[in-house]
Amino acid sequence: MIRTARLLAFGWVLHFKMLSQSAFDGFLAILWPLFFATVAFFMFRHGSRNAALGPIALGAAVMGVWTATSVSASSALQRERRLGTLELLVAAPTNLALILLPVALATSTIGLYCIVATLLWARILFGIHVPVAHPLPFGLGILGIVFTIGSLGFLMAVAFVRSRRAWAIGAVSEYPVWLICGFLVPISLLPHWVKPISWVLGPTWGMRAIHAGAFGGSAWGDVALCFALGLAYIAFGNLLLGRMIDAARRRATLSLT
Amino acid sequence: MRNALRIFFVGGYISYRALFGFLSLWIFIPTLVLTPIFQILLFAYIGRAAGGHSDQFYVVGNAIQYSSVPCLFAMTQTIAEERFWQTLGPLLISPAGRLPLFLGRALPVIANGLVVAAFSLFAGGLILGVTLAGADWARLAPVLLVAAFSCTGLGLVNAAIGLRVRETAVLSNVFVGILLIFSGANVPLSELPGWMADIGRALPLTHGIEAARAVASGHSLASVRGLLGREALIGVAYSVGGFFLIRFFEVQSRRHASLERV
Repeated sequence: MIRTARLLAFGWVLHFKMLSQSAFDGFLAILWPLFFATVAFFMFRHGSRNAALGPIALGAAVMGVWTATSVSASSALQRERRLGTLELLVAAPTNLALILLPVALATSTIGLYCIVATLLWARILFGIHVPVAHPLPFGLGILGIVFTIGSLGFLMAVAFVRSRRAWAIGAVSEYPVWLICGFLVPISLLPHWVKPISWVLGPTWGMRAIHAGAFGGSAWGDVALCFALGLAYIAFGNLLLGRMIDAARRRATLSLT
Repeated sequence: MRNALRIFFVGGYISYRALFGFLSLWIFIPTLVLTPIFQILLFAYIGRAAGGHSDQFYVVGNAIQYSSVPCLFAMTQTIAEERFWQTLGPLLISPAGRLPLFLGRALPVIANGLVVAAFSLFAGGLILGVTLAGADWARLAPVLLVAAFSCTGLGLVNAAIGLRVRETAVLSNVFVGILLIFSGANVPLSELPGWMADIGRALPLTHGIEAARAVASGHSLASVRGLLGREALIGVAYSVGGFFLIRFFEVQSRRHASLERV
């Protein structure tokens, strides 16, 4: 148990440091959601519904967590493959899931920079103040959304292990997740058939928890669901990873060469 | 002259085929077919939530704005990939005229930008119930073409910077983001602060988007010729600027031996 926790923590720190190395990549990770946040602020400011901008700022801030994760986590295994370390990781006595999970969690943790940057951007340039009515559930909501998005990234990394173009599949998921998890658009506005999809996505509940923590309301149920779905993604990903790796070993297709 | 034409057409065609040899359908479909549709849906729904403009406003704006992705990325990659495969040096010591060499590479990029914008407009409109008549499409085609040309001009500037900067993909993303805000794709220039609107008017796509919206609303092509003229002029300005920037950085990279620094 202690060895597993140490491995996860060490892997998370290592990959977080590696991901923080490229100033260009870090700059884009922060800047990209700011473009969308800026457009959204203008759209809501001039919209006829006079919607409060606080929830929009929060939604725009959380968008960055998914942006930071979707491409990086999806292509995590392809990156190892390109560096020639995938076979070594698979052959290691440690469960590959314990190596891959911290990679995905490190990518979603990078998203914390985006949250801070977007909230500062909203405050300084647009004068949008985000109150925090209940700091504890708010903080847990932020942690929960980073965890559940990281776990979802882990599941995507596993699912696309057989693809050389996993990054493109990760990239195409960026807008749909922003849309159906209710970051900027209330889920009630979406078609009925979309709603069940948003319910099985952890970020939906994380976003609800953060809103409740910031503006009042009960957040505990949403926080619990957010973490529970994150754990479910990890469990499912672990199961899938074993099968994928077995199949790749049997067919000698791990390196995809 | 004949040689220049051969380099322009054949060279451009081969370069583009090479680019999409690396960028397979597994990349083309997610990034240039599905993502623009999702972008249209995202902003159309944000517009509905905010009480903004009609769905048609966002379908037209985002379909054209998304053409910046192929125009900027593909144009830049035609040079960045040469460097990656270490063929940039042989290319630049060849006696081939630079004008047909680089502008030839722009031609298929423009065609691709046009196709991406038209498909996004069609698919996004179909999903959101924005229908355009056959006559609208006939009037829209030249508008989309001029917008794609204009944005490819910016792509040429981006490609030139790629002779000095390694992170060309990051740079392309920054340009795409700037166009998202300033081109009026989702927020009309009249709703932006004055200085932002001024920047928007100097960028590609802004006048093209305005012209396309007018044409899609039933206006004649003649009524938007001023907008189209400005869009084309901006495209020419960026293309000329990009070409001279390429020449400048080519000389600089020879002087500093930085051509193939990857």
